[in-house]
Amino acid sequence: MTLTVDDLRVHYRTLRGDVRALDGVSFFVDDGEILGLVGESGCGKTTLGKSLIRMDGRMRHVGGTVTLDGDDVPVGDDRAMNAFRFRRISLVPQYSMSAMNPTRRIGRMIRELLASRGASVDTAELHRRLALVGLKPEVLDRYPIELSGGMKQRTVMVISTLLDPSLLVADEVTSALDVSNQKAVAHALVGLRDQGLVTSMVFITHDLALTSHIADTIMVMYAGLLAEKAPANILTSAPRHPYTRRLLAALPEAGVRRSEGRLSGIEGSPPSLLSPPAGCRFRDRCPLADDRCAEQPPVVEVAPRHHVACWKV
Amino acid sequence: MLTLDRVTKTFRTGTFSGSSVTAVDRVSFTVGRGEVVTLLGESGSGKSTLGRMILGLTPVTAGSLTLGGEPVRSGREYYRRVQGIFQDPFSCFNPVFKADRVFALVKEAYYPRVSAADWRGRVERAVRDVRLDPGQVLNKYPHQLSGGQLQRLLIARALLLDGLEFLVADEITSMLDASTRVDVLNLLGDLRERGLGVLYITHDLALGTYLAEQTVVLRGGRITERGATEKVFGNPMHPYTRHLLAAVPRLGVDWVDAEPVGSCVFHDAGAEGELHEAEPDHFVACAQLPGCPGH
Repeated sequence: MTLTVDDLRVHYRTLRGDVRALDGVSFFVDDGEILGLVGESGCGKTTLGKSLIRMDGRMRHVGGTVTLDGDDVPVGDDRAMNAFRFRRISLVPQYSMSAMNPTRRIGRMIRELLASRGASVDTAELHRRLALVGLKPEVLDRYPIELSGGMKQRTVMVISTLLDPSLLVADEVTSALDVSNQKAVAHALVGLRDQGLVTSMVFITHDLALTSHIADTIMVMYAGLLAEKAPANILTSAPRHPYTRRLLAALPEAGVRRSEGRLSGIEGSPPSLLSPPAGCRFRDRCPLADDRCAEQPPVVEVAPRHHVACWKV
Repeated sequence: MLTLDRVTKTFRTGTFSGSSVTAVDRVSFTVGRGEVVTLLGESGSGKSTLGRMILGLTPVTAGSLTLGGEPVRSGREYYRRVQGIFQDPFSCFNPVFKADRVFALVKEAYYPRVSAADWRGRVERAVRDVRLDPGQVLNKYPHQLSGGQLQRLLIARALLLDGLEFLVADEITSMLDASTRVDVLNLLGDLRERGLGVLYITHDLALGTYLAEQTVVLRGGRITERGATEKVFGNPMHPYTRHLLAAVPRLGVDWVDAEPVGSCVFHDAGAEGELHEAEPDHFVACAQLPGCPGH
């Protein structure tokens, strides 16, 4: 078992009180597994990704543990995390455009980065990895500004995985890209896993359709809690949680016309996490809600590897 | 109603404007009353430049752009008829003021003589027309509202102008969550019952087909394919359109690679064919197709 997250709670400090962005989330990621993490904005998916690698100053680790390959990950301790970053847990950020040093050619930047971690560059291996994501060795002589958005994103993917981390966190890596670039980047990510350059991956996105193509398992979050987690094909074909169902029903597919069948969104908006309501947090928007939902539903394994937090399943 | 005839936009770039870039190249199509047209393209295709030209924010270099027979210009009277809504609803509101100030600005500019009570009634009607509850959204600051609510308030603001004929919607759903995106799209679709013409600019093929009768595919400033939506997507003829369609992730359908393009020139923009009518209401610019003037 690669990654185990147990009852992780991370709050944001604000003047008006703590925002409970992660309010007790537990899950695991197996060796070689790609976990797709989806949800609306403000559901805690980016907070979860950040907690696994670097908490910023406003974030506070309130409780819960993270274990990677049997070792405790000190998520709340910024200094102690340095031993894990880049070597065992690495990140591909959303805006690769601003992730690279604009004043260095990419080859030099990679040499400097590796030197700072006490490693040296294996040129043949570097070329092989660039080819794996569909890049030519010439990009090493270029400045970041000379590459297109998709090329930059793929370059950052290669850089992030140079030390063969056990876990790669990819946060919204495709959302700023056009459809054809999106596909290339998604294939490149799967390639990194297939070649064993990373053991497993957490792929954070708001695009359910895209995740269903590259993830083995999809986890849907709602208002800081897990709503449903299941193998990708099961989650998209036989979802159990009403939130997942409504989310899937709101997705227009290429070729579906409004005149043929009108889709509908989900009424209302997620609750404020400053003082989240008691009970099921989807209750106010849920068509099935009744009195029982005033109590918070536990996460239950309804079928092998299929976890749902809902009283109605 | 809105007619584009070989509209071209060239930007001067480089030191002392020594070189130029053609962002939009001889684009022609029309948008009728009560019609939604999707303008589809990847980044850099010139789709937003085209939207800005229709709004009179960027001058046209060559060709003609007319609305109801009159040339496009900027100015108060023109904006009574044409309005634009843009990608980022959060930056369209001043965070210091309440969100409904955008309505007061419309009153100041266009309806200074309408009484306050009468105006409040109009605002509430417009807000209800975009499926929002006036009590919930009025008198609030922008940060108290969601992206979907703000975007719908901007549509409501455009609807306050009773002479409104045309709406340019540039990527209006790309910042919204999947759960509210469809509601904003449905709203745009409902506007056509008022006889409003809508140009829906997007890079998302799925959202584009859902809404529009007509689709225009733009690449490198030129139209590669256009026509009735069901023809463009049911029977895509240009290799670029096929390539785009194959790249769209769909639930439950395997990601297939587009058929190899072979000797196709879609990588080589200079050699593209002329736009010609391949079947009724379906125009393609591909030199490889029989019937193309450049074949």
